[in-house]
Amino acid sequence: MNEPTGQRGGREPAPLWEVFVRARRGLSHTHVGSLHAPDAELALHHARDLYTRRQEGVSIWVVPAGAITASSPDEKDAFFDPAADKVYRHPTFYEVPDGVAHL
Amino acid sequence: MVAAVSGQPVARGMRESLLHPLVSMDPSCNTWDMYGNDFAPADASDGDLLGQVEAAEAALRAAADRGRGGTAAPDADPEAYFADVIDADQKIEPRDWMPEAYRRTLIRQIAQHAHSEIIGMQPEGNWISRAPSLKRKAILLAKVQDEAGHGLYLYAAAETLGVSRDELVDLLISGRQKYSSIFNYPTLTWADVGAIGWLVDGAAIVNQVPLCRCSYGPYARAMIRVCKEESFHQRQGYEILHTLAHGTPAQRAMAQDAVDRWWYPSLAMFGPPDGDSTHSAQSMAWKIKRFSNDELRQRFVDMCVQQAEALNLALPDPGLRWNPERQAYDFTQPDYDELMRVISGDGPCNRQRMEHRRRAHAEGAWVREAAAAYAAKRAGRKEKVAA
Ligand SMILES: [Fe+2]
Ligand SMILES: [Fe+2]
Repeated sequence: MNEPTGQRGGREPAPLWEVFVRARRGLSHTHVGSLHAPDAELALHHARDLYTRRQEGVSIWVVPAGAITASSPDEKDAFFDPAADKVYRHPTFYEVPDGVAHL
Repeated sequence: MVAAVSGQPVARGMRESLLHPLVSMDPSCNTWDMYGNDFAPADASDGDLLGQVEAAEAALRAAADRGRGGTAAPDADPEAYFADVIDADQKIEPRDWMPEAYRRTLIRQIAQHAHSEIIGMQPEGNWISRAPSLKRKAILLAKVQDEAGHGLYLYAAAETLGVSRDELVDLLISGRQKYSSIFNYPTLTWADVGAIGWLVDGAAIVNQVPLCRCSYGPYARAMIRVCKEESFHQRQGYEILHTLAHGTPAQRAMAQDAVDRWWYPSLAMFGPPDGDSTHSAQSMAWKIKRFSNDELRQRFVDMCVQQAEALNLALPDPGLRWNPERQAYDFTQPDYDELMRVISGDGPCNRQRMEHRRRAHAEGAWVREAAAAYAAKRAGRKEKVAA
């Protein structure tokens, strides 16, 4: 599958961290990428150097990639489809009688 | 963890056996293109760089809002689903099913792109300590640091395809994967730093802007980030040349000499002529690439002519002239035999670049080890406190 490694040393690679940056006060943190670092503090430093060299953010989160549990794309339909037939959750489902305002 | 940069005088390129049978000079190897490319003809070359990048970003959002057009269910027939996603100009994401060859093509292309950014720090790093003013030094430092960042974004994008960082680093260090041929040329004078920013970053931009629309999500997003940073690279180089070209006769001569030496290697960055490039069809079908080497090279030449005029410097090509029928400049092709020699290890600085990278990696080992030991010690302490 991958290119063969021929790796030497075999030391444990530094863990992977996912980086989230809040661009400005009032916005949510957004995933911007990932990086390797031995611990959280260094991950934060590297994230500052790597992802905010041009004042792209006012706050950074780093999360160990291994701590993230993701839904599987294979189960996407079974997982999310139950929401598909519940159109009544949207206001547009309901008919508003003519002339009714502020609804 | 920004890699150290430095440089030494030119080493004569003794042939080094960098080639591994796995990635031997087969014409499908991606160093034959710059790194591969792609973009929709509709919004091709008009508009400035940042405008084009913004358009690509907007297209990415619009496609995401539009959703997939096709009908194949992801679990029923993954191949049909994959084709649907590509057809609809949607992005393939890391956990989607993808053809093994698509995955391998992307790993190789993204990795070689990343290696190019990392090795690309060396020619300019050579001049950080000798920049003519504090201002130029600060700018050059920031530029070279950006290139380290580009390498790291790209390694992270490659890793989403299931290859580890250590493997990628090893593929470069062991010489089994290539980097762009251009970085095997020496930076002999300060004006070379200007020529690199203008021509080499300029050529990289022509190639990278289309990649903002690549079908693989993490690569496309990394390219958008990279391209937003590139325009400063090109402008600072252009400004250096402009300053020198309007300075003393000696400074002017130095600027012209740099342009003379960097022009043809920059044209060669786009890879061999289309007739010799056999790998494109599949990459185009996958929307990794949509423009041929020659199309991009032409676009680059057309862009540079006017910029050179404004510098009042000459492009070293007596054959350069406007062709009203083609609405493009005719120009002399670079020496593709030279390109081949440089890619296969025989350029002026191949050996030196690789040696430097290996040494920097080896000499950085203690930093990585110390950081890991410190992290382990602190984790141990925390456990004790918690107990
Ligand atoms: Fe770059
Ligand atoms: Fe650059």
